[in-house]
Amino acid sequence: MPLALSVVTQERTVLERRDVLRLIVPTTEGQITVLPSHAPLMASLAIGELVVVVPGQQIPLAIHGGFIQVARDEVTVLADAAEHVEEIDEQRAEAARERAQRRLAGPRAGPEAVDLLRAQLALQRALVRLRVRRRRGGATGVPSAR
Amino acid sequence: MAGAGAVRAVRNRIRSVQNASKVTKAMELVAASKMRRAQERALSSRPYAERMRAVLAHLSGYAARGDADATHPLLQQRAVKHFAFIHITADRGLAGGLNSNMNRAGATLALEQQPHVERVSALPVGRKGRDFFRRSGFPLLAEFTAIGDFPGMAVVLPIARIVIDDYSAGRVDRVFLGYQRFVNTALQRPTFRQLLPVTAPEGAGGAKPLDFIFEPAPEQLLQMLLPRYVEMQIFEALLDAAASEQSARMVAMRQATDAANDMVQDLTLTYNKARQELVTSELLDIVGGKAALEQQ
Repeated sequence: MPLALSVVTQERTVLERRDVLRLIVPTTEGQITVLPSHAPLMASLAIGELVVVVPGQQIPLAIHGGFIQVARDEVTVLADAAEHVEEIDEQRAEAARERAQRRLAGPRAGPEAVDLLRAQLALQRALVRLRVRRRRGGATGVPSAR
Repeated sequence: MAGAGAVRAVRNRIRSVQNASKVTKAMELVAASKMRRAQERALSSRPYAERMRAVLAHLSGYAARGDADATHPLLQQRAVKHFAFIHITADRGLAGGLNSNMNRAGATLALEQQPHVERVSALPVGRKGRDFFRRSGFPLLAEFTAIGDFPGMAVVLPIARIVIDDYSAGRVDRVFLGYQRFVNTALQRPTFRQLLPVTAPEGAGGAKPLDFIFEPAPEQLLQMLLPRYVEMQIFEALLDAAASEQSARMVAMRQATDAANDMVQDLTLTYNKARQELVTSELLDIVGGKAALEQQ
């Protein structure tokens, strides 16, 4: 029996499928794969790539933190933000990556310290967007972890 | 009797009322289309809200069972010294009694709380509420204006941040969330409910509890989930308030248009009467003049 999956954010439903064979999820504790009949699970999500495998297709999503609940073959992903490949603006992501890297290379003392965490998160988000975007939809094979 | 000047004055007045009714008609149509969009947004945020409530209900059960001492700070009840409330209004008026009803409800809540606590402050979101509390010299925790017709998470996050930080630091002991709840197009109701401390939603019950794996531990998950739950509630309120604002404005503008049209009708009647009288009196003059000439 396939999994029923819904990926929702505060603002919208990003993905709703009832024919999911497998999904690869970036949790804060590491990457996991959820197969049908998975044990009930609640976990927090990292910034990363969520890959949904349905018959004949892989759907990659860039997700930026949140939660996952797996119970009785129903998977709920409460994402802080989630994007489909075609929604990602590669140039914007690239610009964000450069900006974040520049910030990270800058001074680290004083009031800049708060910015450090923000820049790191921004960099992570930009990298995830770029990775998901460049993989495109329909690519075969299991994605690399990093 | 009415002269030519009076007739012209009535005609000008008709024209200006007609122009006003065109403007209010246009505003009604704009509000109607914005209302539809606001309602759609409220609708599309619902799946997250429902699932969030379900997950939280699940989780808080586990966390409570695990360790009673480790209740999350946002869940902790304590004696209320400082009461604060988020007060959502529109930035703009022309929405019938929407904003003033909300402000009155906010003021009533503040007066009710004042005898029981040391301090009451408001956190107005939207210009109409901000202006109201400022005018009355009410203490403000913070203020947010220019939130736009379609507020997004960018509006929610700073508000949530302030109340969560203040609550966690013990500067505020209870926070209510107030907004105009959208009942239907013709009815919006000022509504206040508790935001902090968080009262975890009840589980669906019935279903047999599952043996969950938690990664990380339930307490840590709860710590990440609760702020989002607070954000979600503020977001829901903002979306509801946005739908309320547009529908109140639509109804107010429709009434204004109807009133203007009634007025045009009355004025047209007056105008025709005045014109008729003018023609009659001119005719009388001519006929009278002619009769006088013939008699000579």
